[in-house]
Amino acid sequence: MNAAVPAAKPATKDVEKDASMQKQKAMMAAHYDRLTSAPETGAKVCSTFVPGNLNELIGCFGLLNNLPEVNAIQNGLRRVSGQYVMEAEKIGHSEDVCTYVKSDIGMMAKGNIAPNGKKFPNPDVLLLSYTGCFTFMKWFELLREQYQCETIMLHTPYMGDGRITPNMIEYMVKQLRDEVIPKLERVSGVKFDIDRLRERLAKSAQAEDDLVHVLQTARHTPSPIDAYFGGIYYIGPIFGAYRGTDDAIEYYRFLREEIDERLAQGHGPVTPEGDMGRERYRLVVEGPPNYTHFRQFWKMFYDEGAVVVASSYTKVGGVYDFGFRHDSSRPLESLAEYCLGVYTNRSLPMRIDMLTNYVEEYRADGLLINSIKSCNSFSAGQLLMMREVEKRTGKPAAFIESDLVDPRYFSAANIKNRLESYFQMIEQRRASTRPAA
Amino acid sequence: MGAPLNLSGTTVIIDRASQIFEDLSFSAAREWKAAQPGRKVVGYLPIYVPREIIHAAGMLPLGIVGGGDRLEVVHGDAYYQSYICRIPRSTVELGLSGRLDFVDGMLFPSICDVIRNLSGMWKLMFPHVYSRYFDVPQNYADEIGGNYYANELAELRDDLARLRGAPITDEELCHSIAVYNENRQLVRELYAYRAEQPWQVPAAESHLLMRAGLVLPVEQHSAMLRDYLAASRLEQRPRRDNCRVVLTGLFCEQPPLNLIKSLELAGCYVVDDDLLLVTRWLTSDVPVEGDPLRNLATAFLHHSESTAAKFEPNPREKGQHLVRAVQRTGAEGVIFASPSFCDPALLDRPMLQHVLADAGIPYIAFKYAENSGQMQPIREQAGTFADSIKLWSGQ
Repeated sequence: MNAAVPAAKPATKDVEKDASMQKQKAMMAAHYDRLTSAPETGAKVCSTFVPGNLNELIGCFGLLNNLPEVNAIQNGLRRVSGQYVMEAEKIGHSEDVCTYVKSDIGMMAKGNIAPNGKKFPNPDVLLLSYTGCFTFMKWFELLREQYQCETIMLHTPYMGDGRITPNMIEYMVKQLRDEVIPKLERVSGVKFDIDRLRERLAKSAQAEDDLVHVLQTARHTPSPIDAYFGGIYYIGPIFGAYRGTDDAIEYYRFLREEIDERLAQGHGPVTPEGDMGRERYRLVVEGPPNYTHFRQFWKMFYDEGAVVVASSYTKVGGVYDFGFRHDSSRPLESLAEYCLGVYTNRSLPMRIDMLTNYVEEYRADGLLINSIKSCNSFSAGQLLMMREVEKRTGKPAAFIESDLVDPRYFSAANIKNRLESYFQMIEQRRASTRPAA
Repeated sequence: MGAPLNLSGTTVIIDRASQIFEDLSFSAAREWKAAQPGRKVVGYLPIYVPREIIHAAGMLPLGIVGGGDRLEVVHGDAYYQSYICRIPRSTVELGLSGRLDFVDGMLFPSICDVIRNLSGMWKLMFPHVYSRYFDVPQNYADEIGGNYYANELAELRDDLARLRGAPITDEELCHSIAVYNENRQLVRELYAYRAEQPWQVPAAESHLLMRAGLVLPVEQHSAMLRDYLAASRLEQRPRRDNCRVVLTGLFCEQPPLNLIKSLELAGCYVVDDDLLLVTRWLTSDVPVEGDPLRNLATAFLHHSESTAAKFEPNPREKGQHLVRAVQRTGAEGVIFASPSFCDPALLDRPMLQHVLADAGIPYIAFKYAENSGQMQPIREQAGTFADSIKLWSGQ
């Protein structure tokens, strides 16, 4: 038997998707087509990361962004990340480190094939937006070794004391003005035009308004959305290649109308098996999902009537629900504030405040943490976070463990067992707090 | 009566350093604090903080590198998942068990996401203790990263001034810089001496001396180093037929002392390492004239060690610090020893190995935890490495 031939996938029912999900899927596919056709079109490619991505700036130079985390996610969803991770381990990468990185390295070793089946172009520039995750720095050093192309570092200081200081802004603006922009000019051959940047930032703010509106519809009961599993679809365009574009404005307007309609009709979220039944549990979730078993994982929730009303993961590419918007009147400062404010660049006390706020504002039954083996940025400290949120809200919390794109760390029975116990705990808490008849 | 004790100079000094190393209540630092009312102690984690500023505030910088293999972690494991390294859980244990109850402030340097998040945990767990995430620039241009860092240093100076209740003057800072320049010179001298005659300075002794420097006032540590160097030069220790290696990857969570001893027993003289880099982070003297904070910033940008926690802007420079260390010390190979789940060390390792392979330098790699107990596999691996170098190098 040829080991390189992937095992046949079990037959699955058609997945139900609403119109916005179909539209999102088409947008993602279009972007991959743009990327893989770059050698023919002559477009230049800028690899960069989701948190702290400077999509408006990249767009000003006519560069296409390629996001390695998104590629790893796609490989996870398509069940090929496991073999990529093992390929990377085979060539010397430790079993202990981030599986996004290893999926990316393994994908390169196996021919660098994009989800559309065509080869990814080599990047012309690596824009190392070093925001909220130490691994990013090493990841792009590894890619630089491979591609030997221009690498631009944008260092975002960490909000250790829970505030953005003038020193941080000044540092970032100087990096943008004196290093990032001149280097992008050199790579792209396009002169920087600040008015073009302003225009894109204004477009970002429009889409951000609609995204926040959509995510905040989960305050209603029943929630018309699932802000974790469904939320991942919603954040795709704005955290990916589309922030600052007309396409993003159109998508988020469309999504907003669709969700408002669901809300008006009293519908719950759409799941891969159609509309979710009665909403029984409202949860806030902290941490990324598992992608290798995404549907199976989601099903464990909707089968029990559990809907996620708010999640931290949908803030990883930008926190907009506390008022931040990209601001065309302060273009570089605004980009700096955006990078500084992404979820994983916030101190642990800030993250706890956010999650506590979500449990209360969204009238959740409790907090669930999905702790990811290969993501210390998220995971280190989560046990304390869980206890703090539980203490402050009086709502029960629970802890499960999996990984982003390494299938070896997804134990379905174990997770299901813990979730069922958690739902029982919520029931018991409800019973104990219900006024006596 | 048994045989007389060997009370040679180095033995006495190493005994003292061992006592400090073994003492998880940090008695030496407690005694320093108790000796004078109003004294304060500021703890710091790896890799680097500018201890000069703490010293200039009249405070004792206290290096905290976990609990090693002598601390039973009772509470700390409840704060961390199994896939997170050991140092934060034993550090939490030190805090929760009251062993750090005399510490007035804590600095958490920018090294990785685990230590970064620990800074926030500390704020929540010990709200009465001043704690700060100490960020450093990853941009090395004077007008960009330099300005940012100088301002961060000024913030730290202001914070510590508030803690002591009086401003920290430039004169105090310049004096402290001079004191630490002297200490770094002595550390460099010890490392150079060990590289030249590793049998005279066993790696375990060198490590104990550096560990003492995390706890003792710098003046006492400098005296200890001077005394050790003088005493060691008067002794003649047996020379083994060992190969010479550079040990790397140990800049944060510390290996058990037995691991270091095992390497030398297995046939590998350690002629350079990246243990406790804070003791020699700045690679040349910091000027004592002019703006002290700017001088510290410039030294950080242009004269500091290379390590995995720093971005290397020049791709051709990546890993060259290891090649240079091998050339400078006459080493014959490199041992990568990394703590389990250490993102910086383990992510960096493949790139460094590629550089060594290109330079024709042999290497081996293994992982450890600060409480690793079983040394036999490491000893066998190191022994085989030493044999292979002796048998095959130069062919």
